[in-house]
Order: sequence, then C-alpha cells, then structure tokens
Amino acid sequence: MSGSDPPTTDGSVRDRLRTELREGDAGLIAVVMGSIYVLFTIFAVLGPAQGVGGVVAALQAVTFWTALYAMLVLALNLHWGYAGLFNIGVAGFMAVGVYTFAAITAPTGGTPPGLGLPLWVGVVGGMLMAAIAGAVISLPALRLRADYLAIVTVAFSEIVRLSLLSTTFEQFTLFANVPFLPDIPLGSGAGRGINIPINPTIPVKSLYYTNPGNPASGSRTAVGEAVISAFGAAGVRETVVVSLTYTLVLIAFVGLFYWLLRRIGNSPFGRVLKAIREDELVANSLGKDTRLFKVKVFMVGCALMGLGGILWETQKGYTDPTATTFMPIQTFYIFIALMIGGAGSNTGSVLGGGLFASLLFLGPQYVSRIFSKYFVSGDPPTTFVAAVGPLGSLDPGPLFAYTLQNVSSLRFVLVGVVLILLMQYRPTGLLGHRKEVAASIDLFDREGPSDSDGPRPAADGGRPPDRSVPPEGGDRDE
Amino acid sequence: MSEDRPTAEAAEASGATASADGAAAERAPDGTEATSSEDAVRDGLDPADASLVVDDLAKSFGGIDAVDEVSFSVERGSLTGLIGPNGAGKSTTFNLITGVHEPDGGRVSFEGHDITGYRTAEIANEGLVRTFQIARELEEMTVLENLMLAPRNQSGEKLLNAVAPGLRGSVKAEERELREEVWETLELFEIDHLAREHAGNLSGGQRKLLELARALMVDPSMMLLDEPFAGVNPTLEEKLLDRVHELREAGLTFLLVEHDMDLIMEHCEHVIVMHQGQVLAEGPPAEIRSNERVIDAYLGEDV
Repeated sequence: MSGSDPPTTDGSVRDRLRTELREGDAGLIAVVMGSIYVLFTIFAVLGPAQGVGGVVAALQAVTFWTALYAMLVLALNLHWGYAGLFNIGVAGFMAVGVYTFAAITAPTGGTPPGLGLPLWVGVVGGMLMAAIAGAVISLPALRLRADYLAIVTVAFSEIVRLSLLSTTFEQFTLFANVPFLPDIPLGSGAGRGINIPINPTIPVKSLYYTNPGNPASGSRTAVGEAVISAFGAAGVRETVVVSLTYTLVLIAFVGLFYWLLRRIGNSPFGRVLKAIREDELVANSLGKDTRLFKVKVFMVGCALMGLGGILWETQKGYTDPTATTFMPIQTFYIFIALMIGGAGSNTGSVLGGGLFASLLFLGPQYVSRIFSKYFVSGDPPTTFVAAVGPLGSLDPGPLFAYTLQNVSSLRFVLVGVVLILLMQYRPTGLLGHRKEVAASIDLFDREGPSDSDGPRPAADGGRPPDRSVPPEGGDRDE
Repeated sequence: MSEDRPTAEAAEASGATASADGAAAERAPDGTEATSSEDAVRDGLDPADASLVVDDLAKSFGGIDAVDEVSFSVERGSLTGLIGPNGAGKSTTFNLITGVHEPDGGRVSFEGHDITGYRTAEIANEGLVRTFQIARELEEMTVLENLMLAPRNQSGEKLLNAVAPGLRGSVKAEERELREEVWETLELFEIDHLAREHAGNLSGGQRKLLELARALMVDPSMMLLDEPFAGVNPTLEEKLLDRVHELREAGLTFLLVEHDMDLIMEHCEHVIVMHQGQVLAEGPPAEIRSNERVIDAYLGEDV
C-alpha cells in the first residue's frame, strides 16, 4: 500500500507505514490475523503432539478457511452491505458456479461427461452462469419489496441443490431436439457427484509435480523437490505444502475481491448503491433508475459467489450435492461472518471471515482435541443416553467426553450464542459503524490538486468523519 | 373553476369536475399530445408558457378518491402554491406527478412531453424534481455524498467506468468538477460547515436545506416542494425562501405545497386550492383570499 508510493524521505515513508499499520485497515487485519495465529499455534502445541508440522498445518488450515470465507463474505457484502439486497441464496449461486465449471472442464468421455474445455473457460463460464442465474432471479424479485428477494433466493438455492440431486439430470443430452446444434452429452451425476479432474489446484500442483493431475504417478519438478524437501526437513507434510501454496492463491483472490469491491464502492456507482440501501425512493427521485443498478450489482455479486464456490469446492477433485458448501447452512455461516465483521465494510468482511473461520468454524475442533488429550481417557459413549446416564451417579465424565466427540454440533449452539451477543452489544458488527465515503476522489480535498500529499484514508473508506481532524489530502485510490 | 372567470372552458372544466365521478378513464385523449395538453392549460395562460400541465388526474385508494379529476397548470418561471387542508390530496398529487403512484386516469405533461406513466427516475431526468414532506435524507451518507449523488448522467454510474482501470481517470476528473459545484451549492445554502456530517445527524431545518440543495444538484427546470418549511425556524425559513426566490429569478419553476397561508399569500403569484381530492379554486392570492368557497372549506374566519 503506502510502501509502493515513491519515497520522498525516509521518515515520511516510515511515518506513513506506521500510520497505515496503526490506523489503517492493513494494520487491523494484521493484528487480528496475528492474534488468531498465536491462538492456533497454542492450540496446535497443546493438542495431539505433531511438532512443527502440526503448527504449520493448523496455521494453513485457519488461513485457508479464512480466505474462503473472506471471499464469500466480500461477495455477500456487495449485495447486503453495499446495496441492501437481502440474498440468502449464496450457496445456490456457489453451486451454479461449481457445477457449470465442472460441466465445462470435465472430460468428454467421463461419467457424467463434460465439455473437456480448459480451466479458465470453466472459471469464466461458471462466473457467467452464476451471474445469469442472478439476473434471472433478481429481475422479477427486485421489482417487489426487498423481502421477496430473500424468499426467492433461498428458494432458488434449494431448487438448485435438489435439482442437482435429482436423477433426471444425472446424464442428459443438451440440444438433443435442436436440429442445427450438435448434441452435447452432459450430466450432474446426481447423488454420485461429478469428477473435477481439472480444477484450480492443478496450476498450483504443476509447480511441484510433473503430473499435477495425479502427483503419485509422476515425479517432482525441481521447484517441487526443493520446496517440499525444505519444508519436509522442518517436519511439514507434503500435502500441507501444496495446500499452503493453494492458500496463497486464495489470499490473492481475496485481495482481488477486496480491490474490486473498493473500486465499486468508491465510485458514483457505489454512491447510488449506498443511496439504494438508505432510501430507494430518494435515489429514484434524483433520477437514478435503481432497478438497473440493483440487477447489475446483483449479477456481479453472484459472479463472485460463483468464483468463490469454484475455488472452494472444486479443489477436492470431485463434488456432489451433499457437500456442505451447497447447504443452506453455508449461506447462514457466511451471513454470520458478515454480521460479525459488520455489513458495509470490506475490512470488516475479511475480519468477519477470519473470526468466523477460526473461532467458530475450526476453533471448537481444536479445543475439543486438547480436552480429549488431557481430560478424557477411554472411549467416549456412543449414545446420548449412555452419556447422560452416569450423571445419576454424579459422574459427568462420559457426558463431557460425548460432548467433545460431537463438538461440530455444538458449533450451532456457539453460533447462536454469538448472534445473540452481537445483537445485544454490537448490532452493527465490529466495523459496521464505519460509514465509508462513496466517491472516487476525496470530497473534502477541495482545491488540492496534488495526488500524493498527506496520508491516504484507510483502504476501506476511512473512519467516521471528525470535523476536528484536518481534511485528508490526495485521491482515494491508485 | 374560479368563479370570476366565467369563460366557456372554465365552465366546461368545472362542469366536468362536478358531474363525473371517476370518469377520467373514459375521457380518452383526442388529438395529439400538444393540442390536448394545450386544452388543459388553464384559461389566461399561454400554453407555451405552461411548464407543468395536470389534466384530470385521478387516483383512488380502496374506494376513497384521494385525487379526483384534478387539473391545473403551472406557469414556467412561476412560484405556484398548492394549498389545502390535511387529506386534500396534495401529497398524492405530487406522488402522481412524479410517478411514485400510477394514476387511475388523467395525464401529466411537462414541458410539452406527456410524462404520464413514466417512472420516478425518468421524470427526474426530464428535469422535474421533488422534495419530500418529511425530509428523506440518506442518513448514513455525508452531506457531501448526498449532493454528489444527485447530478444526472454521471459517467461513473456505469459499472464498467467505475471499475475498469483505463476508464476510471475520466470518472475522477468528472468527480473533481462535480465536487467544485457541490461545494459551491453547499456555500450557497450555507451548510458547507456541515459537509462532513452524516445527514442523519442534521437538525430538521438543516435537512430541509440539504434536501433543497440536493434537488438543485439534479439541475432541474422545475421543483416540486412538499412542505419545505414544516418544522423550520423562522430564520431558516427566511433563508430557504431567499434561495427559492433567487432560483426562480434564475429561471426555475416551483410548485410549493404549504400549510402556512400567510406565507403562500405573500410569496406565490398563483395559488391552487385543493379540497377533498379536487381543485376547489385557483387564482392569484388576492382572489383566493376573498373566495367564499375557499373560506368556507378551509380558511375559516382567519382570512
């Protein structure tokens, strides 16, 4: 950020870097993620002994999930935070993206067959299809009151999921009855799912392996050999190294999402979105055709959700409709992460993604492992009755062990508690009270032609204005 | 319909108002746009001088005729008052003119264009902008943003221009120009010290100023002001009125809904009185003041 600007003097660069870290969003994200890393390092050390490798794996896992949630939360922030569009069908748009990607990239002879096209075609196609789905959904719903969009989107996401599960679409031929077009065999694979041999992890793997599709059958490249053996020497497993590299790719995409949203938000377009969120009739009365804006922003957000879905779900090499990614609960996880971070703030979205992924999503498992290691001996009871029974003789041990065993169910309880606390004490989320100024330039910098003087406002649009602070100079982005 | 204008057209108009109930739909427009709107222009006003012409506008909500065959015209460059007791249909008329509600019958034409059935945004883009009775601020937006929002046809409102690296430069240049205009407008309305403030933090009077300033940034040729002085202290009211008069001298047309009779009588050159969804009388203030029906229906003994 600040470091990329031409240095005037050594002091000013350091000052600006310090300002950015102390007050800016980069610093905030760094502090929060740093704290999360410290916490997970402790978790990994206290948990089942795995040495340095275990710590790296834990940090990789938390970064991976943070990046995935941050992407989806950012996309949702564009809908809900920027324009006030209540989309509770995020999972459905992810599914559209993933399945379109799968259909485009799957080999022509597979079961189910695909088009066998390259990776990038699949990514673009998946995003396009998600955007088109968004347009089709939003066109009728956006003409009505906002609540209807919520109903339509949640219904859509369930329709998509159940359609993919249906055997009707397990294998079919596109254009079978259209004389001029070639017959194209496609399929969803229904409950058996669909193989995704070409997926975004392939370019990453090709860095390390000569045969990225199936690393075991080929050998390592020179880079792969060097990196993997270097990490291996520290006790980090090979799969963790590959995942770590893919996580870096995901972080790059988070940056891309963030950049795009900031561009959209800090522009006249973003200003109209903000006005729609505040009072649509006012926007209309000022000559803004809000329906057009809503459809456009809905499509962009859906395309980002499709991309997020592709990066999330396809890395396993296959998918099926029972994946958690496509469940309605996933939409609510993403919403909760946005609420934690604060709707309307991009930095808040990233932080919300990080806090949700670490504390609510992964945290319980790590904590449970630690408790299991130190406090539980023997096998936990397998049924609730067996767990509660010993309470009669004042022995809470079995219930405790049973609870730890089923900690993933406890996540729902935890999520509920967090929601209640948020609503009670911080209804706008961590950064939701920040009201970013929607303009491509600094509106307060009236006659200041210089583009580079003064500290820049925070990446996300700055803090709530305070008249005691002198106007900030300079333009608001690069 | 004014009593002391017994011309043929006025008689016909009042006759129609008196006899027909919701018959507006049957009165299909005959002839071209121009002639029909000319027909609707009030007597004594050259059609070429009429900015807004409302012709037999009707709207009912669940059996209640909120607006019942209302016809009036507003002279270009004038400050016309629209008065009437609560529930007379003034705000509904505004909503019908600006496309917030779709009329059940009748037509609205603005500067010779038939704008009946246009969407709110399209009407604003024609240059006809309104303010709201209860100031509707974009509360989480700063005063500056509120004003920056208003100008029409900003190139940065196109998503591609806003995002694409090569195109953003011209958006910024345009924004810099707008910023200058916005600050000038803020200074004109003497709210430049509030520029950083979020609109939600403003007082009632400041909101009214902001709303007028924001509407002005659309660069309209006519403004519909819905009770712009309600809840405004006398000093601020004076300030607002000064702005209105200045703008009018600069060529803007105003249609003003207001409860304060004295204010209307003092500042407007033409007054339309509505009562129970209909136009009861219209004419110069002096005429309205002495109109028996207006006194009976609305003004009581005060005037």
